[in-house]
Amino acid sequence: MHNKMKSMILLAALLGATGAAQAEESVWTWLGSIWRQNEVNAVSNAAWQEECGSCHFAYQPGLLPTQSWDKLLDAKALEDHFGENAELDADTLKEVQAFAQENAADKSWYKRARKIAKATENGEAPLRITEVRYIKRKHNEIPEKMIKGNKDVKSLSYCDACHTQAKKGVFDEDTVRIPNYPDWED
Amino acid sequence: MKRFTAMMMVLGLIAAVPAMASPASDTLLAQYKSEGASKPDASKGKKDWTREEVVDGEKMSCATCHGSDFSKSGKHHRTGKVIEPMSPKVNAERLTDVKKIEKWFKRNCKDAWGRECTAQEKADFLTFLLAQ
Repeated sequence: MHNKMKSMILLAALLGATGAAQAEESVWTWLGSIWRQNEVNAVSNAAWQEECGSCHFAYQPGLLPTQSWDKLLDAKALEDHFGENAELDADTLKEVQAFAQENAADKSWYKRARKIAKATENGEAPLRITEVRYIKRKHNEIPEKMIKGNKDVKSLSYCDACHTQAKKGVFDEDTVRIPNYPDWED
Repeated sequence: MKRFTAMMMVLGLIAAVPAMASPASDTLLAQYKSEGASKPDASKGKKDWTREEVVDGEKMSCATCHGSDFSKSGKHHRTGKVIEPMSPKVNAERLTDVKKIEKWFKRNCKDAWGRECTAQEKADFLTFLLAQ
């Protein structure tokens, strides 16, 4: 009787876990990724890739907290998006907003996204990824001539100028290649 | 002889049709017409392409980012992101999507001229670009 009860409970627990896992597909993507220790969730939404990526690197939602995305992805705010008009039609805007809200740093399981969430949990939510304290600190040691003074980089904003796997949401040091500075090592 | 003349006329008609007209551009040209545009003028579109306006202290035209060689890619003036060639002959995807064309007209006219383009200006641009 006791054993039967135990196995019933176990079975129920297992079933429950599978159900939850199916609902949270991102958990499995996360578990299955060899980068799970460090990185941010890659962009998995076509509208996001198209709308953000046609003008600049399609920064992953995990690089900023929800509050930042809410400010940036507001219909009015997009009319002057860092000096550019980036208006979206209502349907696309909704989709992009939803993708940001589901995958923002503070919603993400990924370790680097979690660090960004932590770095931005107090004070005003930043509008620029380059203003996130954690990201600033990570780039502190790199001399100015290799970023601003480097004609093939120019700014910290161009993630993929040096982070060769940036598109996949991978930003670890091993994947960094600074243009014109082949010998650079952390 | 009569037959030859007829053939030449047919050929002439074919040549008169913009080389790369697509269902999307047909739809939009009809729409611009219904919004009050008269006959599209490709030469006006060509002139407007390099017409500069000062927006936020910066001289801007279409060519600022797209360039004027339509077979080559352009570069976003701020982010440096590569913009695929405008010529439909080089870039088969170009000017084939109604929503995309309208979206970029809206954004880019505001960025380059500080206002939306009129139906006439858009018809001129579209006709000019289709022939590139």
